[in-house]
Amino acid sequence: MRLSWRSASGRGLLYQAAALLVVMVLGWFLASNTAYNMAQRGIQSGFDFLWGPAGFEIGEGLFNFDSTQSYALAFLTGLGNTVRVAVTGIVMATLLGTLLGVGRFSRNLLVRVLCSAYVEVFRNIPLLLQLLMWYLMLAELLPAVDTPMTLGPLELSKGGLMWISRSAHEEGALWALSPEFMALTLGLTLYTAAFIAEVVRAGVAAVPRGQKEASAALGLSRLQAMRHVLLPQALRIIIPPMTNQYLNLTKNSSLAVAIGYPDVVSIANTALNQTGRAVECIALVMAVYLCTSLLTALLMNAYNRRVALQER
Amino acid sequence: MSKIHLKIAVLSGVLSLWAAASLPAHAGKTLDAIKARGQLVCGVNTGLPGFGAADSNGKWSGMDVDVCRATAAAVLGDAEKIKYVPLNAQQRFTALQSGEIDILSRNTTFTLTRDASLGMHMTAVLYYDGQGFMVPAKSKFKSAKQLKGQTVCVQSGTTTEKNMTDFSRTYDLKLKPVVFEKLEAATGAYFSGRCAAFTTDAAGLASVRAKEAKNPADHTILPELISKEPLGPMVRRGDDEWFAIVKWVVYGLIEAEEYGITQANLDSMKTSTDPVVARLLGTNEDMGKHLGLDREWLARAIATTGNYGEMFDRNVGSQSTLKLQRGLNQQWNKGGLMYAPPVR
Repeated sequence: MRLSWRSASGRGLLYQAAALLVVMVLGWFLASNTAYNMAQRGIQSGFDFLWGPAGFEIGEGLFNFDSTQSYALAFLTGLGNTVRVAVTGIVMATLLGTLLGVGRFSRNLLVRVLCSAYVEVFRNIPLLLQLLMWYLMLAELLPAVDTPMTLGPLELSKGGLMWISRSAHEEGALWALSPEFMALTLGLTLYTAAFIAEVVRAGVAAVPRGQKEASAALGLSRLQAMRHVLLPQALRIIIPPMTNQYLNLTKNSSLAVAIGYPDVVSIANTALNQTGRAVECIALVMAVYLCTSLLTALLMNAYNRRVALQER
Repeated sequence: MSKIHLKIAVLSGVLSLWAAASLPAHAGKTLDAIKARGQLVCGVNTGLPGFGAADSNGKWSGMDVDVCRATAAAVLGDAEKIKYVPLNAQQRFTALQSGEIDILSRNTTFTLTRDASLGMHMTAVLYYDGQGFMVPAKSKFKSAKQLKGQTVCVQSGTTTEKNMTDFSRTYDLKLKPVVFEKLEAATGAYFSGRCAAFTTDAAGLASVRAKEAKNPADHTILPELISKEPLGPMVRRGDDEWFAIVKWVVYGLIEAEEYGITQANLDSMKTSTDPVVARLLGTNEDMGKHLGLDREWLARAIATTGNYGEMFDRNVGSQSTLKLQRGLNQQWNKGGLMYAPPVR
C-alpha cells in the first residue's frame, strides 16, 4: 500500500495518524499543564510517597498488613480486597443469575412470576441504597459480639462470621468474614444476578426454536433439553454480554467505601488525605480498575474464542 | 478662575496625590477578586454541629462559619455576602488549591505536611482539640488503653486513622479500624453496635453524642486525648496579603475577648480611652490600613460574631447543646492557650 493522498486506504491511514497525533498532543498538554500549575502553587507531586511507611492500619486483608509497611503494599492490600469481593461476587452472581434466567422458562407460573419480580426489583433500585440497606440490616439485626449465634464451629455476630477453633491448643478464629465483606458481596451478587438473569434469558430465547422441538422429539425431558441442548448453545450468545456484567460488578465494588470495606478506593482515599497527592492517588485507582477490567475482558475473550463455533 | 481658587485646586490636587501615594501599596489579588465579585467563598464542613452545619432553613452556623462571617464583615462590610461550599475531607484541599474557595474553614488540623507540601498556609489556631474515643456507657471500658483488639469505627480522610494507629502501636492494642467515607455512616455503624468504639476529635465526639445519639447519657467519652489537633482556617499560598487578613481577623477576635470588647458593649467601647481598645476598634490609630482594609474592620467583625469567647459559648460552649469546657481554648491569662499577638 502506498502512502498517497490519492488512494482511499492511504488517506485513511493519514487521517488516523493525524487523529493519534491530536490525542497525544492533548494528553501531553493536560499532563504538563497540571504539573506546571501544581509546581506554581507549591504543591509537591510524584509517586515517591508510595515507598514511605503508610502509618495506618487496614481492618482486613488477604495477607497481614502492618502500619509500618509502605503505601505501595497498602494499595496492594486494597487491591487484594477488591479482587476478593469481585471474584466471590462474580461466581455467586453467575450461579444465582443463571438459575433465575432459566427460571423464566419454567412451566410453573409461580416460579416464572417470582423470577421476573426479582429481576425488576433488584435492577431498578440503585446499588448504593441496596448496599446501605444490607449493611444496616446486618449491623442492626446480628447479635452482639459477646452473644453470637453458633452453628457447630461457626459463630455469627456483629463482628462477622467466624470459624472458631475449639481445640485445647489454640483458641480463636481460624478465619473470619467481616459484616462489611458480607454486606458488599451480598449486595453486589443480588444486584448483578438480576442483570445476568436477563442475559441468560435472552441467550436461551435466542436459540432457534427448532432445537427445543428437536430435543422434545428425541424424547429429552425439559430439564435435559435445557442442560444438554439449549444452554450450551445459549452460552455462545451469553458470553460477550456476561463479560460486561463481570466488569460492572468489579467496578461497582468501588462503592465499598460507603459501608466501610477497605477496598482499593478506600485505601486510596486515606493515602490521598495523608499525603495530599490527589492526582497521583486517583490516577492509581483508575489504573487499577483499567487493568483489572482489561484482564477480565482478556480472559473472557479467550474463553469466548474457545467456545465459539469453529467456522471452516 | 481667581488666584485663590487656583491655589486651592493645586493644593487639593497635591494633597490627593499624596493621599493616594500613602494608601497601602497593594491589597492582594484574592481581596481584589472578593471585592470585585462582592462575595466571599468559604469552604466549610458538610455538617458538623458547632463548627459548620446548615439548619433546616439553609442558614449556616458554627465556629468555622463564624470565621467566614467575621472575615466577610471585615473585608466586605456585610456578613451575609458569603457563598458556603460544603466540602468533605477529600475535597477540601483540592478546592482551596484550585481557587474554588477563598478560605478553608472546616475544622482542619494544622500539620507540617499540609502547611509545607500542599500549596497552602495555616493561619491562626481557632480551636485546640485532641482525638478521643467514645464507647457505650454500659461497656466495661474506662480507659482507651483497655480497648485491646477491639474494632473502632472511623471516618476516612482525616488525621484520625494515623493517630489511632500510632496510639495502637504505642500501647500494643491491635485496634481494628472500620473506615467509612461519610461521618453519618461511621456513627451509624457505631450506634448499631458494629464497633466497640468511635474515634474522632473530642469536640466532634461531643457533637455526635449531643446530636445523633438516641440518649446522649448512654455514651461515654474516654478521658485520653491521643493527639494534638490544632484546628483553624487555611488559605492558598501565593497571596501574603490575604493570608494576613484572615490570620488577623482570628487574632483580633481573640484579643477583643482579652480586652473585654463584646457584641453588646461595642458601641460604648468605641468611646474608651484605653489605647489598646481604641486601636482594636480603630477610634484613634488606623490598624486596618496595614491589611488593606478600613479602620472599622475589626469593629464590624465583632459586631457580627462577638468576640472569640462569645463565639465559643454560642457554638460549642455553655449556651450550646455541646456544652464543651473552654479548657485549652481559654485565654492565656486564664490558663488556656489562646494568646493573640498584639494588634498594634
